Amino acid sequence: MAVKYIYPDYEVARNYDRCIVCRVCERQCANDVHEYVPNMDKMVSDDDKCVNCHRCVSLCPTRALKIVESGHRFKENKNWSARQIKEVYKQAESGGVLLSSMGNPDDYPVYFDKILINASQVTNPSIDPLREPMETRVFLGSKPQEIRRGDSGEIICDAPPHLRLGLPVMFSAMSYGSISYNAHESIARAAEQLGIFYNTGEGGLHEDFYRYGKNTIVQVASGRFGVHKGYLDAAAAIEIKMGQGAKPGIGGHLPGTKTVGDISRTRMIPEGSDAISPAPHHDIYSIEDLRQLVYSLKEATAYRKPVIVKIAAVHNVAAIASGIARSGADVISIDGFRGGTGAAPTRIRDHVGIPIELALASVDKRLRDEGIRDNVSVLAAGSIRNSADVVKAIALGADAVYIGTAVLLALGCHLCRTCNVGKCNWGIATQAPELVRRLNPNGGYKRLVNLMTAWRHEIEEMMGGMGINSIESLRGNRLMLRGVGLNEKELEILGIRHAGE
Amino acid sequence: MIEGQQRIPSGCAISGIFSRSGRPLGGGEVIKSISVMHDRSNGLGGGFAAYGIYPKYRKHYAFHIFFDDETAKSECERFIQSRFDVADSSAIPTRRIPEITDEPIIWRYFVKPIAEKLEFDAVDEREYVARAVLKVNRDIDGAYVFSSGRDMGVFKAVGFPEDVGRFYMLEEYEGYCFTAHGRYPTNTPGWWGGAHPFSLLEYSVVHNGEISSYDANRRTIEMYGYPCTLQTDTEVIAYIIDYLNRRKGLTFGEIATVIAAPFWQTIERMPESDRRRYEYLRNIFSSYLITGPFSILVGFDGGMMALNDRLKLRSMVAAERGDTVYVASEEAAIRVIQPDLDRVWAPAGGEGVIVTLDKGVR
Ligand code: SF4
Ligand code: SF4
Repeated sequence: MAVKYIYPDYEVARNYDRCIVCRVCERQCANDVHEYVPNMDKMVSDDDKCVNCHRCVSLCPTRALKIVESGHRFKENKNWSARQIKEVYKQAESGGVLLSSMGNPDDYPVYFDKILINASQVTNPSIDPLREPMETRVFLGSKPQEIRRGDSGEIICDAPPHLRLGLPVMFSAMSYGSISYNAHESIARAAEQLGIFYNTGEGGLHEDFYRYGKNTIVQVASGRFGVHKGYLDAAAAIEIKMGQGAKPGIGGHLPGTKTVGDISRTRMIPEGSDAISPAPHHDIYSIEDLRQLVYSLKEATAYRKPVIVKIAAVHNVAAIASGIARSGADVISIDGFRGGTGAAPTRIRDHVGIPIELALASVDKRLRDEGIRDNVSVLAAGSIRNSADVVKAIALGADAVYIGTAVLLALGCHLCRTCNVGKCNWGIATQAPELVRRLNPNGGYKRLVNLMTAWRHEIEEMMGGMGINSIESLRGNRLMLRGVGLNEKELEILGIRHAGE
Repeated sequence: MIEGQQRIPSGCAISGIFSRSGRPLGGGEVIKSISVMHDRSNGLGGGFAAYGIYPKYRKHYAFHIFFDDETAKSECERFIQSRFDVADSSAIPTRRIPEITDEPIIWRYFVKPIAEKLEFDAVDEREYVARAVLKVNRDIDGAYVFSSGRDMGVFKAVGFPEDVGRFYMLEEYEGYCFTAHGRYPTNTPGWWGGAHPFSLLEYSVVHNGEISSYDANRRTIEMYGYPCTLQTDTEVIAYIIDYLNRRKGLTFGEIATVIAAPFWQTIERMPESDRRRYEYLRNIFSSYLITGPFSILVGFDGGMMALNDRLKLRSMVAAERGDTVYVASEEAAIRVIQPDLDRVWAPAGGEGVIVTLDKGVR
């Protein structure tokens, strides 16, 4: 028998006093962790296969299960941590690039957690959202400030195309293929109900979802999968994906095993073939090339749809954003390095890119310094976890935010970070019909609507506390923020003062 | 700590009188009005804007400037002479009174742009003047232009407004419009430039309130060449008004719908064409929406606008008697100068009261 170098991280702890041997866990686990042993009339488990997704824990009728850390330790070593050691073992065995998913789990600073929000006292009244209107409507698009008037002096209302959001939050790009049909449907229906937008990701738009077109942002990525005129026309806006926070600088790969049936048709590639998105767009090697693509897409859609350019937050993000703001794009979306729902090479995910808070602050400042902030709207993404993060991002300068992981969590994801395996027990990151069926879109979309409704209430409460009754007056309002435990340089980049100042 | 190093919230009193017919009003009236609201100020700032007071120099820009010392004065004068023809320059007449102390050097210049320089810069005259004013205030240490319009002037100081009025001998001026301000800052800047009105060209703003949108507005307007050095609401509001009216050509009615925009639920109920216009203005100029409590009086060439925030979180009353319109934080401040009024009303939040000179008067 081969030597097993890696001891499992988690153990299935089964309380045999409680277990009634109903075998639910066995049926629910796509990873085959649980097994019934007839001659003992007993359930056993294979901890090696457990990904700690809590599906069995959530469904066990007698609460007989929990997943606990195995507690197995290598000899204490701050430099060679267990994770480092295990990764070496894995690569020594496989010879391959390490893959993982669901964003950077490492201990980098989360600036949102070091920023505090203001509230009014005495000199300025707070506003009660239960009594007064509290406005969260946002328009995304370019805002040219030249007023044109007709013969009788009336203003000609010819603003460039805009997206109108009931709430400054949108559902970020997750392709059909990387997530299931039912997950996709839940998201699209929730966006429609909420008056916001969801993003198709680069997998094309399934024919069943064209009816959600007015709440859909379609993505054009380097692989151009599923892009055709009807696809562009169906959407409310078009997003050119230049990069992604979870894996800046590299492309995507949907294995042939997942390009089956609908998915291959939607992506317009043969069944069973790998869907590989190149790292760059091969028609964009520079900023002037981007301009051409922006305008080709605008031409193709008769200038009726805003074009979004999405980039990963990298070191010189401010200069890149400035170029994009002059490229004809209507919206810039910046994706921070903690973000990401899809699979990504572990090294890239954990070591490339910068935090969204810093990227957003420096982009907003640069665009203002250059007097072009009104040319574009700015979207922030990359681990917006709750309504306070939304408020902080907007006060730092975002027009709205994209959320991804929070969307999946609302649908039942337990952040086991093994989406890349395709055996998601919650019916989200999988194409196996028996698993997909576990996610009921009727329930799924309601949970998303609930989540957003709750966030809306919280955003309104925080705005009211600041004496602000329209989200526009929060945008870039950095005086409403203070930092705690941040150094001078960090405060300078964020453009905020320290608490107590 | 001086003004501009830190943002200082303040409460206040405002008052304004406007004669539609252009009948000359005396400066004493507005002093009487604002002094009724003595308790709304705390002696840390008072001031007035007066329109139609310099008929002799109607075509000249009247620069009122505070200088810390003679060095600042000569540096500033060198700059002014390099950009403008100066028709007249003299100290602004003041009366020594014990209530007003520590006055800076207060000087007045009537100027016109030097024609060749104006042509060379290829901008319109008012832009030329505005740029020069902003440059002095930002770059010349110890010099501060606090008034720069034609046929109008701002008079302000640290003190209670009625004392400031006496100090400047305001009763000796005659004009068609006066606005006044008494300040209640929650800190002690003690700098004369920080008093209201805040003014650029013919625009002047007096303001009571503390806006919650301040930094959003500031960061936007700074983008268009208005460095906000004082960190006061009034400064930002004045720049926004200058930008929207002079540079973007919005009418005062349109400006009111931008800075104190109707709620979406109100817009939704409007007829189609109005709805489109309001939605357009709110969308394109969303960064100029001002939230939080304010009541402002905006003076401009030939007119005055009174405006409350969209929720009317600060008191403001308007009244009319014949051709004269009165606006003040409290009704008592109007009644003290005109007990016999044709109409008194409290303008709704976001509803601009805009009065202009009857046609042909000027
Ligand atoms: S689901 Fe719970 S009760 Fe049922 S077999 Fe598994 S552990 Fe036992
Ligand atoms: S989507 Fe599914 S596989 Fe991916 S992290 Fe969530 S629960 Fe795990």
